Amino acid sequence: MKLRLIRRDSASRLAMFTAPVLALVLTCVASLVLFSALGKDAGAALHALLLKPFLSWYSFSEVLLKMAPLLLIAQGLAIGFRANVFNIGAEGQFIVGALCASALPVYFPDGNFPMMLPAMIAFGALGGTVYALIAAALRTRFGASEILVTLMMALIAVQILNYLLLGPWKDPRGFNFPQTVMFPDNAMLPILFDGTRTNISLIFSLLASVFAYLMMQHHFRGYQLRTAGLAPRAALYAGFSAPRMVWLGLGLGGLAAGIAGASEVAGPLGQLQRSVTSGYGYAAIIVAYVGGLNPLGIIASSFLISVIYIGGDSATVSAGLPVAAVEVFQGLLLFFYLLTFTLIRFRIEIDRKVTA
Amino acid sequence: MSGLEFLLAGTLAAALPLLLAALGEMVVEKTGLLNLGLEGMMAIGAAIAFICVYHTGSHLLGFVAAALISTLVALLFAVLVIGVKANEVAAGLAIGVLGLGLSALFGKSYESLTIKGLPKIDIPGLSDIPLLGQTVFTQDIVVWLSIVGTVALWWVLNRTKLGLIIAAVGENADAARSIGYPVVLIRLSAVSFGGAMCGLAGAYASTVYTPLWADGMIAGRGWIALALVVFGTWQTGRVAFGALLFGILSLGELTAQAMGVGLPSQVLSSLPYLVTILMLVVISRRRSDLI
Repeated sequence: MKLRLIRRDSASRLAMFTAPVLALVLTCVASLVLFSALGKDAGAALHALLLKPFLSWYSFSEVLLKMAPLLLIAQGLAIGFRANVFNIGAEGQFIVGALCASALPVYFPDGNFPMMLPAMIAFGALGGTVYALIAAALRTRFGASEILVTLMMALIAVQILNYLLLGPWKDPRGFNFPQTVMFPDNAMLPILFDGTRTNISLIFSLLASVFAYLMMQHHFRGYQLRTAGLAPRAALYAGFSAPRMVWLGLGLGGLAAGIAGASEVAGPLGQLQRSVTSGYGYAAIIVAYVGGLNPLGIIASSFLISVIYIGGDSATVSAGLPVAAVEVFQGLLLFFYLLTFTLIRFRIEIDRKVTA
Repeated sequence: MSGLEFLLAGTLAAALPLLLAALGEMVVEKTGLLNLGLEGMMAIGAAIAFICVYHTGSHLLGFVAAALISTLVALLFAVLVIGVKANEVAAGLAIGVLGLGLSALFGKSYESLTIKGLPKIDIPGLSDIPLLGQTVFTQDIVVWLSIVGTVALWWVLNRTKLGLIIAAVGENADAARSIGYPVVLIRLSAVSFGGAMCGLAGAYASTVYTPLWADGMIAGRGWIALALVVFGTWQTGRVAFGALLFGILSLGELTAQAMGVGLPSQVLSSLPYLVTILMLVVISRRRSDLI
């Protein structure tokens, strides 16, 4: 007798909802066990991680602030992932987007540049896109794996950032800290709600979600991308250009990450500094998967991951947990999601060999 | 110690964590899988090894514990990828993030504590050679054992039936299965081996190379090891050579000063990634020419 996993012809709508909820429950249980084993107050930890962010308007607005880049990057990445184009270097495209956007305020610190903010966003978008398209060119021209190329490019981007911050772009009056000058007011994104740091990049992210939804679910291009992912051969026979899917998948991922990077320096940071490499690019991959690579699901998952980020900050105080608890939670969540999702997508069949 | 002596003495030790992790990942990739979680598996190994050595004083126990915990994390990857056929990129990232997080969680109360490293062992005869003797040929026992282990791994992969089976599983899993090779078992063993090697690599980094615990001490070595596998084109000897080369580069700024190079250290730090991209381009083009 053997157990076999048989793929269902279509994932039921129920499964799409059950998997992430089940994954969240399992993650909570696993973290409870883990935190207790470490002698922490596990109840307080979970309370801080999942509930605290909702208990004050300010911390909730911080959730929305975190959500903006995660949502934007994840929407861009998911388009590629659904076409089996694995851009895992969004972190690099995010950094390059931030770098390109910062060039303007660094060279025009008085802000006397026409249309400063829109130009910065455009620079960031362009930078992120071009940086991602290098991987597309190497993949389509030479067949080099975009997984490894985008990853390597992300690591190189960190070095470029370090070089600029320690060298030519270092604020001369910044007490030798690796950071640029503070940006002028006209290089900053408008705040969305008074008294908070939430800025209009959240609107970019929601618009990108609408765009992703319309494109993936209702446009022929989205159909082509999905087919390329689900049935590469069928896509080939149908005459959908595979290289075009690679260019599109990587390009949109880079575009989203680049805009997110620009918004980060023009938003909460207000300057280019090392902490721009905060791992949003990697966390967005988790967001994209836990959201089922679905534009609507990603809105929910980016919200959840943001709650955990902000909750993690308060857990350091109230439950004595290190910030790394957030990483543990994210890792567990993706692990359990992949586990439950696939189990739901497959049914288990028992082979009974008939012996003659 | 002059710059050159520093380089000669330090390269092998700097190369070692890269070498061990890369050899493990190489075997994983030879069976047709890709585990991106190296950084996390190294980090959790490093944390557990440090904690173990701190309390017991035994490096042997530290290395064993590190190998075990990282194997355990690697098995989570196996559950996802081999067990329920989840996407391997996502699965690798999941355990990578988990490993990094767990290392910081467990290591929290050991932050900036130090332990004793391992004594250097002279090789009689070789250690008397001027310049090289007291630098290249004076290393701790892990370095010597790893050199032996690397040769042994080369032998297994290139001169034994097991090596052929691993290659067969990687090149065509269906064909391998149809002639009766235990594909799942081979892959499971390879993933476990990859995990154990990452654990050992992390243990060396935290208990021998720099015997202190600091969060984030693996500092990208896992990604360099991943690059190294490609750089070495999945061949033991080339991976070992690449480890030395990347080891020198990882000495970064110090190396630049020793060589009197005026380049910013970031250029040197980027070199492993740049040459890996170049290598990917070259080997992928050659492979697609064949088809």
